[in-house]
Amino acid sequence: MTGEVAVLGAGMHPWGKWGRSFVEYGTKAARAALADAGLQWSAIQSVVGANTVRCGYPGQVSGATFARALGWQGARVTSVYAACASGARAIDTARAQILSGMADTVLVVGSDAAPKGFFAPAGGERPDDPDWLRFRVLGATNPAYFALWARRRMAMYGDTAEDFARVKVKNAAAGAANPYARYRSPVTAEEVAASPVVADPLRLLDICATSDGAAALVLGSMETARRLGMRRPVRIRAVSSVSPSHPRTALDLPDIATDSAPPGSPASDPFRPSIARAAYEEAGLGPEDLSLAEVYDLSTALELEWYEDLGLCGPGEGAKLLREGATALGGRIPVNPSGGLASFGEAVPAQAIAQVCELTQQLRGQAGERQVAGASAGITVNQGLFGHGSSVVAVR
Amino acid sequence: MSPTRVPVVDGWFSSEGGEFRLLGTCCRGCGAVYFPREDVFCRAPGCAGTELTEMPLSRRGRVWSYTDGRYRPPAPFPSGPEGEWRPYTLIAVELAAERMVVLGQGAPGVTVADLAVGMEVEVVPGVLGEEGGRTLTTWHWRPVAEEAS
Repeated sequence: MTGEVAVLGAGMHPWGKWGRSFVEYGTKAARAALADAGLQWSAIQSVVGANTVRCGYPGQVSGATFARALGWQGARVTSVYAACASGARAIDTARAQILSGMADTVLVVGSDAAPKGFFAPAGGERPDDPDWLRFRVLGATNPAYFALWARRRMAMYGDTAEDFARVKVKNAAAGAANPYARYRSPVTAEEVAASPVVADPLRLLDICATSDGAAALVLGSMETARRLGMRRPVRIRAVSSVSPSHPRTALDLPDIATDSAPPGSPASDPFRPSIARAAYEEAGLGPEDLSLAEVYDLSTALELEWYEDLGLCGPGEGAKLLREGATALGGRIPVNPSGGLASFGEAVPAQAIAQVCELTQQLRGQAGERQVAGASAGITVNQGLFGHGSSVVAVR
Repeated sequence: MSPTRVPVVDGWFSSEGGEFRLLGTCCRGCGAVYFPREDVFCRAPGCAGTELTEMPLSRRGRVWSYTDGRYRPPAPFPSGPEGEWRPYTLIAVELAAERMVVLGQGAPGVTVADLAVGMEVEVVPGVLGEEGGRTLTTWHWRPVAEEAS
């Protein structure tokens, strides 16, 4: 273990399609997190922004953009990008600054104003960019990759479209109780089955939407938390930041092919389970110690994959765990009690921070109707384009 | 005059010698195989190799998974004139010799109903679309017809 940092404050901007600037969303989330911490902006020593590449230059220097919006006050400033893992990388950066003594109070902000429809690569003629190439040569959208994994689960484990729909039904039920979620209505299995196929076997309601949204955290040293009179703060105990191992033999975004494994070589360590394992090792706990998990359900089928990668069940047993009700609110190990991406949609640099906001609310016992009783430890996990893996463990 | 035919990306496939093949590269130091081709540095972590030679990939493999695209993908996919979108299949194929999975579009007429995980497929030349008066060529995966035994 490398030491803990305290969550001094958490704040979000509701997800949706609001038609406003990412700066506005992020600044509102930041102010909410500061208010939650009971701290003035002037007391913040460092700002870490998770970048949004869609929002031009300000989005790519997001730390400075939010610092300027809140009012220049001389704080250290950092901007990070790691695709879907950007928010977790921002948290990791803040934690490293706190643990090294560079800063006692750090504001972490992620915000996005996402376009409608499929995410697309940056423009121009750029055949040296794997993300550009997969659209150019194959028209392979993100849902196409989610669908390849979903179909593979059906063939390997016997998962069905009804199992996938069950994930949506479960997450929509939880999201209906979350004021920050974009979609706040229950969804039925019939509604999932009646939605159009996007990429066989996945339907529109199996795939997360793109959304605007923002989330922010104020992190601090344990000493700072004590000084502020916080007797039992939520603590971040681990932030995993692993990359895949070569050869990477699982086909994943944005690649057209996997690495090849040399003849006779043993299979390499699969990527997604290694993300969670690193977090467990750092936190000194295991799946049996968890009260809840927030996972990146870009598609319903992918949520089932995460159950297995987190060690909540064995390989191929995700659908069984779901059918037993273990991962629903009130179950043994609720997954995505926030409603997940199914209810939020995806606001890329904000989502991993929003996951930690949900852990914070749950661990404080402030999650209202979606409260996981007696929550004492939670994990988040997500995966970003180009080999970024991230997982955060928080305890109280 | 028929439109010029150009590969959608140079150096990824060839019909030299009459047989259509995907072209990867192979590190002379450690034998690692790359597709799309890696021409400058070997990416194996324990290898400092910089000599990579072109290598045709296996013509046949087995379906690892498959899907289709029911909605038009965004640019730079050359989806032709605005009009009705016709879904195409995407097939991920496991090549046994290279121990790698390569994604490609299914040949025209191949739908998800024609496919199953584990089915044998072969690589064939195909057309991706028309763009700027040119025909962009590519590779397609096509199920191998049952051979009489």
